Amino acid sequence: MVHWEATERQTITSFWGKVDLAAQGENSLQRLLYVNPWCCRYFHKFGDLSTISAIRKNSHVRAHGTKVLSALGDCIPHLGDIKGHLAPLSKLHCETLHVDPANFYLLGKIITIVLASHFGAKFTPEVQATFEKLVAVVAAALSSQYH
Amino acid sequence: MVLWKPTERQAVTSIWAKIDAEGHGQDTLERLLIVYPWTRRYFDTFGDMSSSEAIHQNPKVRAHGKKVLSAIGECINRMDDIKGYLAPLSILHSDTLHVDPENFHLLGNCLIIAIAASFGEAFTPDVEAAFHKLMAVISAGLSRQYH
Repeated sequence: MVHWEATERQTITSFWGKVDLAAQGENSLQRLLYVNPWCCRYFHKFGDLSTISAIRKNSHVRAHGTKVLSALGDCIPHLGDIKGHLAPLSKLHCETLHVDPANFYLLGKIITIVLASHFGAKFTPEVQATFEKLVAVVAAALSSQYH
Repeated sequence: MVLWKPTERQAVTSIWAKIDAEGHGQDTLERLLIVYPWTRRYFDTFGDMSSSEAIHQNPKVRAHGKKVLSAIGECINRMDDIKGYLAPLSILHSDTLHVDPENFHLLGNCLIIAIAASFGEAFTPDVEAAFHKLMAVISAGLSRQYH
């Protein structure tokens, strides 16, 4: 079970309250698809993702980015058992979506960068450390039901 | 030899022109030492790094951050032969400093986050992609002479 310090919990909830799920979700998914183009293979039904302008104009990217970031936000009330909370999503990513779990860590890294860009100087090293821990725990939980 | 697109060169040099080697260097190195605390073992001569506060006030951290960022700046001036330029530094990190090359990726990550926090929206996905590539090339160059 992951141990969270009181300061870490406080940081996560106060920063998450100021995240715009649609804007930062879209931003995160855009960057994932542009910086790591092999990820586009999981989103064939989104249509054109061949260039950064195509990715930016793609409405599926915005919708799905929002969905992914909302799911991350939904983990926050369950910090004491993210692994249990994400078990169904882990099975989905393994058995139906066939996503290589390495990509969860890539997305986590991208989300951290997007948060840094959004919060600027407030994204101190301590805040960075807390969010790197959160995305690592989420990535591990999403990988936990793989077989 | 690494192939750089004109847009990648432009993205890197235009951001780097606005980088403050001392300020961004300190931010980058602080993040490394706080988010990945095991990296402190390489800096025994720096004195007190027992807390974030101590790290933030440590003048050796500031000086070394500037040194590291200046070296990265020199790589940017020689983007077509980063490997050649970094060969002596690679030997130093292997034979004298005994740094695990995995830490070069961590420093690259911290630099990208420091830039994202500082530049906000100007740190677009294509700029981010160029910097991921640059830091990967630099990490590879620094690892190249290890034996």
